[in-house]
Amino acid sequence: MAKITLNVDGKAHGIDADADMPLLYALRDDLGLRNPKFGCGLAQCGACTVLVDGVPTRSCVTPVDSLDGRKITTLAGIQKDGKPHKVQQAFIDEQVPQCGYCLNGWVMTSVALLEETPKPTDKQIREALTGLKCRCGTHISMLRAIKRAAQA
Amino acid sequence: MNMQINRRSLIAGAGALTVSVVLPGGKARAAVFGADKRPPLIPENLSSYISIRADGGAVCYWGKMDMGQGTDLGCAQMVAEELDLPIERVDILAGDTGTSVNQGGASGSTGIQLGGVALASAAAEARWQLVQMASKHLGVPADQLTVANGVVMSKTDGAKKVTYGELIGERFFDTQLEWNKQIGNALFVKGTGVRKSVADYKVIGTSPLRRDVPPKVTGTGDFVVDIKVPGMIHARVIRPPVAGASPVSVDEASVKNIPGVQIVREQAFLAVTAPREYDAVKAARQLKVTWSDVKPPFPGHTKIYDHIRAAPVIAKGGDKVVGDVDEAFKNAAKVVEASYEWPFQSHASMGPACAVIELKPGGEAVLYSGSQKPHFTAEGAAAMLGLPKDKVRGIWVPGPGCYGRNDAGDAAADAALIAKITGKSVRLIYSRADSTGWDPKGPASTHKARAAIDKDGNVTAWDFSSKGFSRLDVNSNESQPHDNLAGHMTGVALKPTHIFNTPEESYGFSAKRKTWETVPPLLDRASPLRGAHLRDPLGPQIHFASESFMDEVAFATNTDPVAFRMKHLKEPRDLAVVKAAAEKAGWQPRTAARKQASGDIARGQGIAYAQRNGTRVAVVADVEVNLKTGKVWGRKITVAHDCGVIINPKQLTMTIEGNICQSLSRCLHEEVKFNEKAVTSVDWETYPILDMSEAPESIEIVLINMPNIVPSGAGEGTMRPFAAAVGNAIYDATGVRLRQAPFTPERLKAGFA
Ligand code: FES
Ligand code: FES
Repeated sequence: MAKITLNVDGKAHGIDADADMPLLYALRDDLGLRNPKFGCGLAQCGACTVLVDGVPTRSCVTPVDSLDGRKITTLAGIQKDGKPHKVQQAFIDEQVPQCGYCLNGWVMTSVALLEETPKPTDKQIREALTGLKCRCGTHISMLRAIKRAAQA
Repeated sequence: MNMQINRRSLIAGAGALTVSVVLPGGKARAAVFGADKRPPLIPENLSSYISIRADGGAVCYWGKMDMGQGTDLGCAQMVAEELDLPIERVDILAGDTGTSVNQGGASGSTGIQLGGVALASAAAEARWQLVQMASKHLGVPADQLTVANGVVMSKTDGAKKVTYGELIGERFFDTQLEWNKQIGNALFVKGTGVRKSVADYKVIGTSPLRRDVPPKVTGTGDFVVDIKVPGMIHARVIRPPVAGASPVSVDEASVKNIPGVQIVREQAFLAVTAPREYDAVKAARQLKVTWSDVKPPFPGHTKIYDHIRAAPVIAKGGDKVVGDVDEAFKNAAKVVEASYEWPFQSHASMGPACAVIELKPGGEAVLYSGSQKPHFTAEGAAAMLGLPKDKVRGIWVPGPGCYGRNDAGDAAADAALIAKITGKSVRLIYSRADSTGWDPKGPASTHKARAAIDKDGNVTAWDFSSKGFSRLDVNSNESQPHDNLAGHMTGVALKPTHIFNTPEESYGFSAKRKTWETVPPLLDRASPLRGAHLRDPLGPQIHFASESFMDEVAFATNTDPVAFRMKHLKEPRDLAVVKAAAEKAGWQPRTAARKQASGDIARGQGIAYAQRNGTRVAVVADVEVNLKTGKVWGRKITVAHDCGVIINPKQLTMTIEGNICQSLSRCLHEEVKFNEKAVTSVDWETYPILDMSEAPESIEIVLINMPNIVPSGAGEGTMRPFAAAVGNAIYDATGVRLRQAPFTPERLKAGFA
């Protein structure tokens, strides 16, 4: 067990954990955050995505001891003044989710995409989101939502 | 905005349900009708389906649940319609054995078709009762009363009025209904009140927004994985490396370093628990187990179709034969014949299944599950816990999608068994490999089709037969130990059902025979290839075969595939979907594969159609095939859809869109691979699904509304003809006829060679 400090959504949290424990377990079990989801634990689906210094990162394979001094942002941290982020608002307006289990990954990755490329083309969106999984097949409405968010 | 009902606060009430909203000002009630306590939760009580809040809004209790297609909202709309309430004033509580009767859970796309129709019927009675109460209270004959927005008033004297809330708010209907004595999907109730006529619909046919969307998007709603109960331990299961093996010995020392670890073992069932989740994960990885030596049970996926063809038949069936099929073949000028193959497919739900069992004092327990059938699943958990079924409350909480009998029920039974053995509340979540590798599978099958053609090119007979694994090695209800892995692994007597299906269509050939045969499971106990319901059970495989074959027959008789269907289909609704899809897609008639290519890209268009339990769907796929790589892109998909009266067009559209992408995934990518020992498709690399880069460029959906026809399901209909439409489009693009799914680059390239 090691003492580890994590900077999550603008707050520092101290936890006791195995150094190699994936960040996902720290976020869910130690910090009680529920948005990063366990989908595979293998970096294959994106359900566990958080932003580390703004970069979409799969928390299920990121050891907790690799994050010293890094800024971690979760879905709970992208809202401003209690209002949904524009990507979230667009996902709501387009009624995107079915089961919604995958959503964390798509929203977080889209937030990072629009930070970097505010007006992405269809191709850029598809490329940025490649590798994320949605079993319910909401792909088309997600594309609509991200385009809508880019207009907002 | 609708009232938010906190699930946790309901549970705290354990049994006695109180949903209370205090009216501002606490106005004295106008009348006192009904009962002050909720009558017993049994199917014949109106209170089991509807109650009225103090503010006059309604709460309906649904013994099904929604998996993200908005069917709960659709049901609330149907109830709002009958009660003359705006949709904002109707809440729906679903999938909780403590608040609703067993309406079968999410099952067979019957949410609206059966579940909603039953609620609407109960609501019609509730309205009738409310009008009777108002009549008594106001001293106005019932036929002189009218209802708007939950206010009952005299048709002639607007001053004479009373609200639903004033009549019975916070109290409960004490009326009995006529119940058809069915539990599950078929449950239906009816009272004196009759449902509204179509002409009066105000809420049905509109598209209010789903209420679960904002909490899902902002991450403020609970999923099963987020449920925490006091004192719970975390569990992981350990499955054998060779299917059918059981642990002979476990080396406790191998996990000794993990705090609080406990090994749970009962016959072939093996799990580990720990107070911390990651410790359970580590223990499952670390535990050294010696497994029994068993004969590898499988032929391997490459030999599965030969295996099926050679396997003995254990059950068979079919539809009523039309005409003299054999005679027609004897007299045929030409016989068209083809065989098709469809692999095992996995639910591969977005997240591995999770279940939480909370042990309560006094021999009671609560199950939290994302299963499609919490009423039945709770019974299954009770059986594993050794508790009477009325002592286990089942509460559905959103899970990682559920399109049939996925691994959720197995997780519930496993968690219950672990809770029983450890005496502790348990949260179990599978690993990805436990889920994809061990979930129940959509069965593999082979199909043979023949058509007899006379000298003028007319089809004089059609003979279609399937041979494959049963779709019910384990039952969808999950209520019995023999339907769950935990039961299989602890040695209960098995009870599989051997059943297959036939195509659903209205081709009017003068002679027609449709039959099926099932073969024994590859491994009868605790098989990772046990057959079970996967979205549209057997529909994709059967109609891939039958509708690919119709294309083959069309071309063999020099007929355009759309014209062929228009000529032979008999039911007007079938003709209408085919016509609508073809028109919308800009169908180009052809009597041979067009093979339109520029550079490496060949373009093609294909059609297929099917019925499903009242619903009719036609799909036109416009595909691009890369002639170098063999990769297929479903570029544009057009669907014409008729499921009777449309309750919520927006949600229907979204449901069809989801069907489209999931279907594309299944027909382009999905095949469970396995060697002699075990399933080797265990994650997203070994069981790939549709990627965003492969999503269609556009989707066109034509909704055909049939206001006077009862609603049928929309959750699965599009799945049915989809693969054939894509296969037919690939043929049009390349001249290669794929008779084996999925349509992988390797199969395409083999076809080009
Ligand atoms: S859970 Fe991390 S990528 Fe799937
Ligand atoms: S909405 Fe269910 S997996 Fe994406």
